[in-house]
Parts: sequence; structure tokens; C-alpha cells
Amino acid sequence: MFDTDDLVQLVTESGERRTHPDFSPYVDDIDLPALRRLYEDLVVVRRIDAEATALQRQGELGLWTPLLGQEAAQVGSARALDADDFVFASYREHGVAYCRGVDPTHMLRLWRGSTHSGWNPFEYKMTTPAIIVGSQALHATGYGMGMQFDGVTGAVITYFGDGATSQGDISEAFGFAASFVAPVVFFCQNNQWAISEPVSLQSPVSIAARGRGFGVPSVRVDGNDVLAVMAVTRAALERAREGGGPTLIEAVTYRMGPHTTSDDPTRYRPASLDEEWKAKDPLARIRVLLAAEDAVDEDYLAQIKAQADTTAAVLRRGCLETVEPVPMSLFDNVYAEPHPLVDEERQRFAAYLDTLEGSH
Amino acid sequence: MTATTVPLRKALNEGLRRALEDDPKVVLMGEDIGKLGGVFRITDGLQKDFGPARVIDTPLAESGIIGTAVGLAMRGYRPVCEIQFDGFIYPGFDQIVSQVAKLHYRTSGNVKMPITIRVPFGGGIGAIEHHSESPEGYFAATAGLRVVTCGNVGDAYTMIQQAIASDDPVLFFEPKRRYSEKGQLDPDAEAFPLYKARVLTQGTDATLLAYGPLVTTALRAAEIAAQEGRSLEVIDLRSISPLDLDTIAESVRRTGRLVITHEAPVFLGIGAEIAARITERCFFHLEAPVERVGGFSLPYPPAKLEEHFLPDADRILDAVDRTFAA
Repeated sequence: MFDTDDLVQLVTESGERRTHPDFSPYVDDIDLPALRRLYEDLVVVRRIDAEATALQRQGELGLWTPLLGQEAAQVGSARALDADDFVFASYREHGVAYCRGVDPTHMLRLWRGSTHSGWNPFEYKMTTPAIIVGSQALHATGYGMGMQFDGVTGAVITYFGDGATSQGDISEAFGFAASFVAPVVFFCQNNQWAISEPVSLQSPVSIAARGRGFGVPSVRVDGNDVLAVMAVTRAALERAREGGGPTLIEAVTYRMGPHTTSDDPTRYRPASLDEEWKAKDPLARIRVLLAAEDAVDEDYLAQIKAQADTTAAVLRRGCLETVEPVPMSLFDNVYAEPHPLVDEERQRFAAYLDTLEGSH
Repeated sequence: MTATTVPLRKALNEGLRRALEDDPKVVLMGEDIGKLGGVFRITDGLQKDFGPARVIDTPLAESGIIGTAVGLAMRGYRPVCEIQFDGFIYPGFDQIVSQVAKLHYRTSGNVKMPITIRVPFGGGIGAIEHHSESPEGYFAATAGLRVVTCGNVGDAYTMIQQAIASDDPVLFFEPKRRYSEKGQLDPDAEAFPLYKARVLTQGTDATLLAYGPLVTTALRAAEIAAQEGRSLEVIDLRSISPLDLDTIAESVRRTGRLVITHEAPVFLGIGAEIAARITERCFFHLEAPVERVGGFSLPYPPAKLEEHFLPDADRILDAVDRTFAA
């Protein structure tokens, strides 16, 4: 089941159920109410993303990394995790953070420039964004090795993009995880674009094929199919927990928006491609499926929209009410233990501030 | 335990053994550190006694070693990474500078990085290229890291344990050409603070500051100077970041002269920062400009030329002479 590049799909673009001999059993428990809950996640996550993008456009955030189009890849994988699994994220996993219980307002702090991290990684078992592409895969592998040394049954999942697979750290993480049989799920959101570079520039073969070369069993899944993503992630987590070692999941998806709010995709990709992928929208297909099963109606959809709007309103208010850091906090947490140079510079800067009228 | 005379490599080995015994969360990681005991045998016998899950042979990937150490640290471990040679550290540079150094700050103090990175450094062993470098300045220039180096047997034993016990990341530079030099190892001796410089010989005419492999060289220079009637106070810097400026300044206020020596190039070297800061602190006590003696501004040369590149007692004393000519 991990030795073919055939795309795993359980819900087609047009909202029809498909079965897969290996992976369908992993989502047997996802009945209509459970599927509705996944749909709610997708809607709320998309709404959070839209609100954050708007906040950036209004000058409240310095930057935002929109996830539009990648909701299913994130929700499907994150909802496959146990509370004790640890997530090592890249910088676009706002949907994963939402599923881990992170307050959406806290996600914005980094992008607003108020702090480098919005939450305590140990509280949610999820790291704050890793901006250096691919670096987090090694951290995940080391953490997984530690779980092994501790003799606990658990797993680690790390998220990265197609561009990151060209980084040495990803190759080294594959190598270490394979050699040490570490309980790691490598989750690549292949959204087709690393800023302006198409995935074909990163690799002439599939991302999944790259994993297999390192001895990491790999699977390609329709990243816009929340059910299929959940199924393959559960299968990979099970392998990890049972001592089977790492798995690479290539979730084939599409970044519908810009790389960041500073990016302009019209410079490098045709609008026709966006249209092509719009037809594969991760939310629409689940809505169609639920409607065909009589599991949604207009009232329900309105209620979900209202719930998403409320979350967005709370997010906006939280962003505008962010308590900004005071100047002297510059010097906090450079080191865990006292450091004379930091102390000296802190004292000098405080003395300098004291000479300025009304500075602090 | 009683004091014994051992080579510096054995003192490091004993220090690592003690750290492994004292804390079950200490793990050693690196290339060839298991059965082989490391190319310099610093970890000799440790995998046999503590097992392959605590003394871990890793794939040949420095970024991988440091990056997985970050994850292990997040899991509660205290990884001690061996970089095989100074010139091999650069593939791991990104993980050290962007992750190890910054994670505590980046996470508002939630994530600690109690990682020790051991680096055999410096020249003088007739090695081929990339095996004799002194890259400590890159790391000392990076906020979030601590950088120390041992210059004798006793320090090798205690400082490696102190570095491992630190909740901050420590770059631990080992003077590889001194690995075979012997000294007294007294496991019961009281440990000197990790981040303090130490006055090795008292003197009155000039202060000579050295660290790592040049501590031995500086002591030799002081002996020669003494025969010529000049009294040098030799200080082993020990900690490159943070700097113990108090100890240096106290000495310079008495001697009025300071000569700093290291193998790394003088330009933007550790000596530059010390010269600037001592000048700030001791301007009215200085009888002469602070002198620096170090490598030249060129890539480390071929082995047949390294004796001309590395500071020796004569070049150090030449600089001392200049401080008296001023």
C-alpha cells in the first residue's frame, strides 16, 4: 500500500464516495455526523484564513501565509492525531493548529510581529512555525527517536512543502528516520508551487518516489480529499506506533492563493490553472456528498457559516486587542541562564530609556 | 578517588563518562563515536558501557546530528554532539545558528536547548585541509550560544560536565593538538566556574591572554620572558562567550599591557572584541595599545606552512616587546 504512486482518493472531485482496498477501513468509523464535523472544521479553517488575510491587507499583520485550498490536507491529517502525538509544523499549518486547539488569535501574534511564537509548543504538542524550510523534519525525527528511547508508544508528524523536499535537512531526516526506525510521519503538502517555482523544478519524480529511495514507504493521496488524507495519515501513524518506522505522505493539493500576502502569483502561473483546481475544491466535494446523503440543508449551512463568522469576529477582536511587548522585553529569553552581556546591555538600554522623556 | 596523571583526551573521556552516569538523559551522538570511540578516541569504551541508545553512531550528516539533537532536547534529553573536525561543522551551521541558538528566544523561553556540541579545533597536527580550523568566532558572534574551550586536563574533565549540565546550548571547543598532553586529574577537586577566566601565572609587566591550544604556548612564552627578566601574567580565557572581562580588566589595571593570542585570524577575531572592551574599561591604565597575535587572514594553509601561520612563543613575545616599545 506504500509502494505505488497511485493517488489514493475516497471522495471524488464531484463528491462521490470511492473505496480503496487498503485505506478505506481506516475511516470506517467516519459516519455522516463525523463527516459533518470534518466539514465544519474545513469551513472554520477557511474562514480563519480569510480573516487573517483581510487583517494583513488592513495593516494589522505584517505578513500572512494563506492556506486557501489546503484545508483538507491539514484538517484530515490533524484529526487523525492523538493528543499525545507531537506536531512539527512548517509555517502554513494554521488549520493544523486550529485542530490542535490553539486559540486562532494566538496564531496571529507571530505574523503581527508581536512575538516569535504564539503559543507554548508543549501545551498543544505542536511547534510554532518553522520559517527555515525543512529544518523541522529533523527536529521531528529527533523527538521520535526520543520517544523510542523512552519506550512510549507514540508518533510524530512533521509538515513541509514540496519545495522543502529539495533541502538537505529533509533528505537527512528521511535517512535518520529510516535508519533508526523512528516513529515519524513525514507529511508533504505538495501544493504545486514553492513561491514561483513549480514542483517539476524541485523534482523530476514524484515526492513519494523520493521517500522510497531512502527506504521510507510512501503514499500519494488526494490532498483535497479530507477523508482520504485522514485514512492514509491514520495508516502511517499506526505503522509508526507499531514500530514500523517512518512513512512519507505526499498530499497532492494546490495553493489557491499567494505564497504569502507579499506574493503575486499572476506573475508566474496562468489563471486557467487556478480554475482547474477550483473544480477540485476540498470543501465543495464534501458539501455535495453530505447533501446527497441528506445530511445537510440550508439551515445547517447557515449555522456553520455563522459559527465561522463568529470565530472570525473573535479573531479580529483578539488581533486588535493584542497586548504589544514593552521595549525591555527585547532582552528576555535570549538564554535560559543568566548571561553577563545580556545583563549589561539590558541595564544600559534601560538607563538610556530613562533619559528619554516619557519613553516607558 | 585519588588524583592521577592522564592525557587530556582521557580527562574528556572520564568527564563524559561521569555525565552519562550522573544523568540518564545525557546521550552522546556523532560519527564513529561508538565502537571506534571517535577518531580521537574521546568516547573510547563508552558505547560498550552505556549501550548504543546512549552513545549513538549517526549517519554522516552534521545538520542531521544537530537537528535530531534539537528534537531529542525537546523530548527532555541532553544531547552531546561530536563534530568530527572543526572544518566539518559548516553543514550543521544552519541548525546551530537558526535553531539551537534561537529556539529559547523564539519560543518565549518555553523550549530549552541543553545541547553540548563538542568540536576538536585548531591546527598543529600536520593535517590535510579542513582539519585544523578555528571557527569559534562564528559561534561567539551568535546570540543564544555559549562558547567555551579547555586548555588543560583538569578543566577538560570539569568543563565538559558543566557544559552538559547547562540549560543553554554550549559549543565546547577541544584543543585537538593537546589531546595527548598530560596533567593532573583530581575528580574530587572543586570545579572552577565554567564562564570565568583563570589566572595561571601571576605577573607584573604585561598580561598575556590565551585559550585552548595556545594556553600551553602562552605558558612557554612566559617562561622565556621570565628568563629575560620580564614578568608576564598568563590568563586562560576558558569562556569565549560570555567573556569574563572582570578578570582580564583586573589584571590589565595592574600590568598596563595586554597581549591576546588565538589561532583564528586576527581580523574580527575574539581578540578584537576583547581589545575593544578592555580599552573601554582600562583606557587610563593602558601603557600601550592592546596587541593581538593570531592567524593571518587566509584559509588555513597546507601543513608544511602551518608553523608560520600559527602563533608560537616567539611571535607572542615579539608582540609583548611591541607593547614596551610604544
